[in-house]
Amino acid sequence: MNFPVALKYTKEHEWIKAEANICTIGITDFAQSELGDIIYLDITSETGSEVKQGDVLGSIEAVKTVSEVYSPVSGKITAVNTGINDNPSIVNTDPYEGGWIIKIEISDKNELNSLMDSETYKSQIGA
Amino acid sequence: MKKTGFNNIHKKLGAKLVDFAGFEMPVQYEGIIAEHKAVRESVGVFDVSHMGEVEVSGNDAFEFVQKITTNDVSKLEIGDVQYSAMCLKNGGIVDDLLVYRCHDYFMLVINAANIEKDFKWMQENKFGDVELKNVSDDFSLLAVQGKNSLATLQKLTDVDLSGIDYYKFRFGQIAGQPALISHTGYTGEKVCFEIYSSSDPEKSEALWNAIFEAGKEFNIKPVGLGARDTLRLEYAFRLYGNDMDESNNTIEAGLGWITKTDKGDFNGKDAILNAKENPVKKLVGFIVDDRMVARHGQEIYSSDGKKIGIVTSGSFSPILNKNIGLAYIDRGFNKTGSEINISVRDKKLKATIVKTPFLN
Repeated sequence: MNFPVALKYTKEHEWIKAEANICTIGITDFAQSELGDIIYLDITSETGSEVKQGDVLGSIEAVKTVSEVYSPVSGKITAVNTGINDNPSIVNTDPYEGGWIIKIEISDKNELNSLMDSETYKSQIGA
Repeated sequence: MKKTGFNNIHKKLGAKLVDFAGFEMPVQYEGIIAEHKAVRESVGVFDVSHMGEVEVSGNDAFEFVQKITTNDVSKLEIGDVQYSAMCLKNGGIVDDLLVYRCHDYFMLVINAANIEKDFKWMQENKFGDVELKNVSDDFSLLAVQGKNSLATLQKLTDVDLSGIDYYKFRFGQIAGQPALISHTGYTGEKVCFEIYSSSDPEKSEALWNAIFEAGKEFNIKPVGLGARDTLRLEYAFRLYGNDMDESNNTIEAGLGWITKTDKGDFNGKDAILNAKENPVKKLVGFIVDDRMVARHGQEIYSSDGKKIGIVTSGSFSPILNKNIGLAYIDRGFNKTGSEINISVRDKKLKATIVKTPFLN
């Protein structure tokens, strides 16, 4: 499994790519593998709305199970990857690029310090 | 955790393994949808060695099986298989099972999670000259399912597989090993076989490898318990512990067709007759009008907000590309075509009661 060093990670298995004030967020390779075939992304938070770190952004339906997606940071949602629902398996096959889920304009960059680097995340999941 | 004779193979193939009824079993290899489609389009192989087998012999074996099961065993010739159920006196379902009529004994095939419970219950209900043997650990069981299963297996046996009709079986050699070859399955595929053979891991692995070599030209795939569940649900086959248990009877579970109340006395008959006269709920199929999946245990409401039922199974159907499920719905609300609302987290999913099976 692949955990790019350029990304940050949460214990709920989201990844975060921080570029300037914009954080791109998705679920990790480990998360997609645990969920199995993903069939639907139900993001309940809308573009333009404000979210807090830890808020539920929506849920991911897999064949076997469903899992919630939490916001790793606080800020304003600037984009949702609604295209995923035309081809949900992209979250399985390309979790860090085509399978990105949401973009948030971060309101407090200090929150990034609370996230894990790839080595810490890997040791947490026993990879 | 118990391991089947194929455990090393599952590990080598990188299967995701889970504890299922005390067995370390593969839930998936490549992915549920790919495995599901392999079975529908060509052929797939399942390790279902966790299933239990009980041999019933003795002069009163026939009367005993007739008494503890709901279907009519007198209809069985040697070489026939019958789907049936065992019920408590109050009609509650102890387990569903397959009854194999062999030359001088019956083999009952029961669910892995129920092996101990069933065997104990059978012993408690034993009468006359009946011997019960729990032979669950003696067998490996592979389900080879899909339209190319016959062509795959025919390469490995002299038994004319096309001569074994649906729900019939034969004893014979397969890949040089003695086996019971059964034209049965839990996928809904018409061409489907289940092979009972030695549980010895070396022999099990040799059989697995021979089947995969023979099926190579058909792109044969290993299939895990995940796809076993989605496959059976498309045909509305009940799953014990989800769709039925000791709190419902065969009539409520929609298994009236295996409940022969005219065959004489059997365990649970009076309660079942009463349930036929005074139905309170019924297991029905539904299709969800939403991309969210309804899942086991979720509550169901009528359009005016009354709680009328509960989801027992729910999944995405890879073939219909829709979300389907089974549910117990109260009497008066379970007509085909009725709209229901399924409570999923903070939402109500709209669904429609439909005729089953979902696939034909």
